[in-house]
Order: sequence, then C-alpha cells, then structure tokens
Amino acid sequence: MRPLTEEETKVVFEKMANYIGRNIAFLVDNKEDPHVFRLQKDRVYYVADRIAKFATSVARPNLMSIGICLGKFTKSGKFKLHVTSIPILSQYAKYKIWIKPNGEMPFLYGNHVLKAHVGRMSDDIPEHAGVIVYSMNDSPLGFGVSAKSTVESRNLQPTAIVAFRQSDIGEYLREEDTLFT
Amino acid sequence: MGQRRAKNKQGAPPTYEEFADRKTKKDQKRKRSEDKPSMASSSSSDKPAKKSKKSSEKPETEKEIIKRQREEEKALPKVDYEELASAKKSLFDESDEEELNDEFDIDAQDGETPGEDFYDSEEETRERPMFSDDEDSEVEDLDELNAANMEALSAKLDEEADLEAQEAEDELLQADQVQPRARVLPTEEELALEGQTGTKDLNVLRTRMIEIVKVLEDFKTLSEEGRSRAEYTDRLLQDICDYFGYSRFLAEKLFNLFSPSEAMEFFEANEIARPITIRTNTLKTRRRDLAQALVNRGVNLQPIGPWTKVGLQIFDSQVPIGATPEYLAGQYILQAASSFLPCMALAPQENERVLDMASAPGGKTTYLSALMKNTGCIFANDANKARTKSLIANIHRLGCTNTIVCHYDAREFPKVIGGFDRVLLDAPCSGTGVIAKDESVKTSRTEKDFIQIPHLQKQLLLSAIDSVDANSATGGYIVYSTCSVMVEENEAVVDYALRKRPNVKLVDTGLEIGKDGFTSFRGKNFSPKLSLTKRYYPHTYNVDGFYVAKFKKIAPSPHDVSKAGAKEKEAAARADEEAESIIHGDFAEFDNAEDEELMERSKARSLKRKGINPNAPKPSSSAAAAAKTEKK
Repeated sequence: MRPLTEEETKVVFEKMANYIGRNIAFLVDNKEDPHVFRLQKDRVYYVADRIAKFATSVARPNLMSIGICLGKFTKSGKFKLHVTSIPILSQYAKYKIWIKPNGEMPFLYGNHVLKAHVGRMSDDIPEHAGVIVYSMNDSPLGFGVSAKSTVESRNLQPTAIVAFRQSDIGEYLREEDTLFT
Repeated sequence: MGQRRAKNKQGAPPTYEEFADRKTKKDQKRKRSEDKPSMASSSSSDKPAKKSKKSSEKPETEKEIIKRQREEEKALPKVDYEELASAKKSLFDESDEEELNDEFDIDAQDGETPGEDFYDSEEETRERPMFSDDEDSEVEDLDELNAANMEALSAKLDEEADLEAQEAEDELLQADQVQPRARVLPTEEELALEGQTGTKDLNVLRTRMIEIVKVLEDFKTLSEEGRSRAEYTDRLLQDICDYFGYSRFLAEKLFNLFSPSEAMEFFEANEIARPITIRTNTLKTRRRDLAQALVNRGVNLQPIGPWTKVGLQIFDSQVPIGATPEYLAGQYILQAASSFLPCMALAPQENERVLDMASAPGGKTTYLSALMKNTGCIFANDANKARTKSLIANIHRLGCTNTIVCHYDAREFPKVIGGFDRVLLDAPCSGTGVIAKDESVKTSRTEKDFIQIPHLQKQLLLSAIDSVDANSATGGYIVYSTCSVMVEENEAVVDYALRKRPNVKLVDTGLEIGKDGFTSFRGKNFSPKLSLTKRYYPHTYNVDGFYVAKFKKIAPSPHDVSKAGAKEKEAAARADEEAESIIHGDFAEFDNAEDEELMERSKARSLKRKGINPNAPKPSSSAAAAAKTEKK
C-alpha cells in the first residue's frame, strides 16, 4: 500500500473529473475527516486517513482491501472506474439520469439506457459526458456516458440509446469473481 | 402415491414362523383396538372432505390399491394390521354400515371365507390362497369394504400416514392404561428381518422412536421387565441413525446433549430449513422503507421478532431475494437470524477499533460497521483468501467505508496489530448447529474433528483475548461464538480460556433470548460463571444452533505484547544488545589462590567418599603422585 505518484494521481483525477467535475476538490479537501488515495496492488482505494494509518501495520501481501475501492489501473496504465466507486460518484455527481422502474432491471442486466426508460435527466448534459444513473427513488444504479446531449435526446426514438452503460450495480453479482481480485 | 410405494418396496416375503408369530400379535392388537373406538373415531370426522375428491379416480386404481395393500401387509406386519383394524373402525364407526362391519368381523373370527358373490373382481379371490386364514379374512374384510364402500377405502389409503401417527399415539396411551409394560423394543427376529430386507420402513422406525422416547421419559413404570435403559437408548440411537441419516458417532454426541424427547425435537428440527431472513443495512435505509419496497415487489415478509430492530423474515417471494435492485443497492443482506446475535452481544460503540477474526462472508462485519455508523475502524480478517472475495463484495455493496480487509491466520493476531477495543471471534466450527443448512455434517464429522477443531478454537480465543486493550475507555470486550451446539467447542473452550487467562471474566451477553450455558456436562465441571453464556437451538427459537459468550478483559497480561510496534521493536533491540555485551565483554578475572583452596576441598571430599581418610598420613608413592598432580 502506498500513496499515488504524481502521474497516477493525474490519470485517476482526469477519469473522475468526467463524472464529478470540479467537485473532485471535495474529495481531496475534507477538513474534519481527511481522506487519502492509496494504491494497493493495482487498485486505488479512497479511505479515511486514520484508517490508512492503521492499515500500515498489515503486510502488503495480506492486505486485501481498505475503505472504498475506486477502480484499478489496467496494464496499459489507464484507469478503470469500478462500480464500487458509486457512493462517491453519486455524492458529487454533475450530470444525472433517473430511470423509471420498468427500466431498472434491463439496466441492471447490463443494457444501455434507452430513451423509453428515462424518467428524468439533468438539463445541461453535453454529448459524451459522464453521467450517473439513478432509480426514481434516488438510489444510484450505475454510471455511463451520455450518447447525446439533453437537447438532442429530447426528440429521439423511444428505442434509441440515451446513455452508454459503463458500470452498474448488477456487476456485484455478474462480476463477483473478477471485481474484487 | 408413487413415493409411498417406493418407500415401502420390500424384498422377500416373511417366513411361515414369522407369519404365525405375527398372527398372534395381531389378534392381541385387535382386541386392544376394539377397546378404544372413541379415540379412533375422532379421526373419522375429517374424512368426508376427501371422499368426494377421490371418488372420481377410484375405478382405475382399485386393483392397484388392493395389490399395494397386500404388499404392505407383507411388509409391515405389526403396524399395518392394527392400523387396518382401527382404520376400519374409524371409517365406519359413525356410518350406517356398522352392523355390516360387525358381521364381517365375526366372519373373520370364525375363519370362514365370506361368499364369493360379494366380489366383483376375480383376480382378488384368486390370490387369496397365499395368505393364512386369518389374514385372508382380514383382506376379505377390506375387499368387502371395497365393494360396499369404495370411497371410504380409498380415502383411508390416502390418510394412512395420519392414521399411523394416530395409531402410534393411541397405542402409547394404551400402553399407559392397559398394558403398562408394553413391548417396544423389537425382537431378534424382527431385527433380522429388517436386516434381511435391507431397506427399513420409515414409519415403523418413527413409531418405534416415539415409543422408546416415551419409555425413556418414564423408565420406572413403562420399561419392559429385564431390559436396561442402555438397551433402549441403544435401539433409539440406531433408529435415529437409520431414520435421519446420521453417523452413529454424531448421533450419540448430539443425543447426549438433551433429554430423549428434546433430542428428538432437535433431530426433527434439523430436517426443516430455517426461515429466510434478511438484515436491513441501516447505513443506507430504514427497515420500514425497505419492507415497503420489498412488499411492492411481491415479497411476503414480517419482522423477525421483538429482539431485533433490523431483521426481516421472508415467507415467500415472487422475485429472487438475492437479486432485487434493493439488494444490489446494498439496502439489505441475506443473513441468518442467529448471526445477528454475536454482533448484538459485542455492541460496538462509535469510534472504537474492532477486530473480526473470521469474518467472511461479511454478514457480521457489515452489521458491526452499521452499529458503529461507519466510524472508528474495523479489521475484517479471514484466513481463507478465496473467501475474502465475497467479504469485500459485501463490504462494498453495503457501503462500509471503515473496514480494512486482511487475510492472516487469526492466531497471528496480537503480533500483526493489537490493542483493539473489541474483538469478535466467530470461530470456525463443526457446524452441528446448522445441519439443516448443510446435511453433509451428519456423516462427515468424526471423533478427530472434535479434537482438532476445539484445539484451533482455543488458540484463536487466546489470541483474541490478547488482541484486546484492557485499558480501553469504552470497551475491552471479546465475544466468542460458534454455530455448533457441542460442549467441546463451546463451554469447554470458554472454560479453558478462563483458566489460561485469569485477566478476563465472563459478563452478561445482553441478549434477551437464549438458554444458559452448561456449568457441568457429563462429569466435567466448568466455572459456574458459564451460565452467563447463551445457547440457541433450532427447536427452541427456530434459529440455527448457536453459542455466544462475552468476556471482559480486566487487566493486561504479558502475552499482549505486540512485536510489530516501533516501541516494542526498539525494546527488543536494546535487550538484544545488552545480552550480547554480557557474552562478549570481559566480566571477571581468575583468582588462582581461591581456586586452589576450592580444589583442595573438593579433592578431600571425593577421597572421603571413597572411604579414605584425607587427613591420614599418605603412603609415599601415592604422596608422590599427589605431588605430581599438584604441580600440574
């Protein structure tokens, strides 16, 4: 377990900024309960500083997870956000899409968000921006990338895709073997 | 129907002697059953309801029924005859055919065969010669009934099982009243027959088990002359093994925990699955909201009981409970009601540091985290790396941010990090409390397991105790729990820890339900404080078999020292350095004069021991030799 290097931090922040924009400052500056980013094996964890300090007494091979896992670095050095980061992303989300109850299950099975299933969406979503997907009662279901801007998607076919799915909470079941090492 | 048939499938028919033997028995029984028509008639009241349903399918199955009946008669000598007799009674006691029935009874006693013209099927009459007179008449009776009242017969066949149970009870009652010394144990011949046919009739076994339990409960008045309690117990254990499929060893171990009737309840309860329960994740939602959301999805549920505020019991569901959007959003977790208990006993406070020594798959860890409202720090350890996967999944799904997941052998623990406010040890165990969940326990556990597993548990409990900070302002507690009901894994382990670590004491678990732990068991006496621990059985609370003990650490002990801390490392280095200087540094001079004196003295002593007076004048040769040695 170690703090991120300069470059790694840049890669991670660039990725996260897609979804939470400038709110990323809140992640770094938390005066009451300072949080830190930690790299363990290839995974990046976001964790309270005091917990990270306790975790130093656990040997590297024996440490499996601390706090919340944000995602992992791929072999080519890119950063992939995991569904486990959803509590943080949803807290500071910039663009949101709410889907109707009849669209919940299709989305949780790994499908993209269709126009017919969209119940509500933020007004100012540009094209290809990171969006967080919520159910109508505001519980986060996953995240993805908008296919069209809000204005354009108003006059789409009901079967047209509004947002491409990147991750959804159905992965807790589908990807259980690979998601958590 | 097919199922029952398969169960009753039998091998070779019994020999002539056995038939004769049975005949006499049956006669006795019939007499007895005639004494109690009122008992039997009680069951007849619920018959008419089924009659109408069955009547339609009667004609096709009639032959089959009769054939099967004969098979059964061959197979189940004792129970079936008396059952038939009583069934007959119960079916027709209140009907207008009573007289007719009586008539045939008389016929049967006379040994006559009733007129052929009663029969509409030729086949039945042809097969008759296979049976002795008495049985024949019995069959005839039935056939007569067949002809006279088909509906009743078929209804009777359907309710055979009910009647059998009823019959067993009746017989027991009778044993109380009429024949206090009922013969319950099977004879050698019967056993031989059972062994011969290979398959054993479950109904017979069941009846016999119930009877033996009754006898054991009131041995003085009900036991047969000349039979010892050991014989009854032995037979009962054998039957339990056959009926429920336990290994003899385990059956005996479990049986010894309870009184005979309670043991039967326990074994029965192990055949029934516990209700599905879920725990609300209070980090994400409230129980009322969750219940509402699930009800909207077509789940039938209700709170588990007054002792928990987060548990819900699922009766049935139209959707898979482990894959609803609420589940994936981490609003609840599937968790057995029994595993709430150790967390509630531990009662972690906010901002404490807690260790869960064997945490996978994370039900308890996430509950602890919820109780602490995501403050403080939880070390979730599990020795199995593969199992930490599900642990991490659950921790993330339920949004517990205060956890550190590590995989160590938990026995290493005060070394890795110590000074916890509370430690939860849900020890790996034999799983005798969760037989309903995992049937393989019935046969796989051997004597070796009950030596090895408690040994590991003792080691784990000691390291759990050593990992706790005795001076913690809010805590200093250890909770030990297992999903086993065995004394070896529970009371014995706790008692061992109390002896080995005098700086801990047992405290009340704070749980509302549960039976007190044993303070003595089969000649072993434990600390009287063990009554503060709690036991749970499947048959009493409808939770898994479980055991919970809570300790409070009152003083530190030298075992607590963690060797990983900076301070400890420095102290160790200093101690090393000091030891080294003692070995290598010059520490003394040799004082030759003093040595000389000491040597003289020891020489004189050794001479004295040999019987030579050291003060006597020495012979010259020896004196010269002595002088030589001295020079050296």
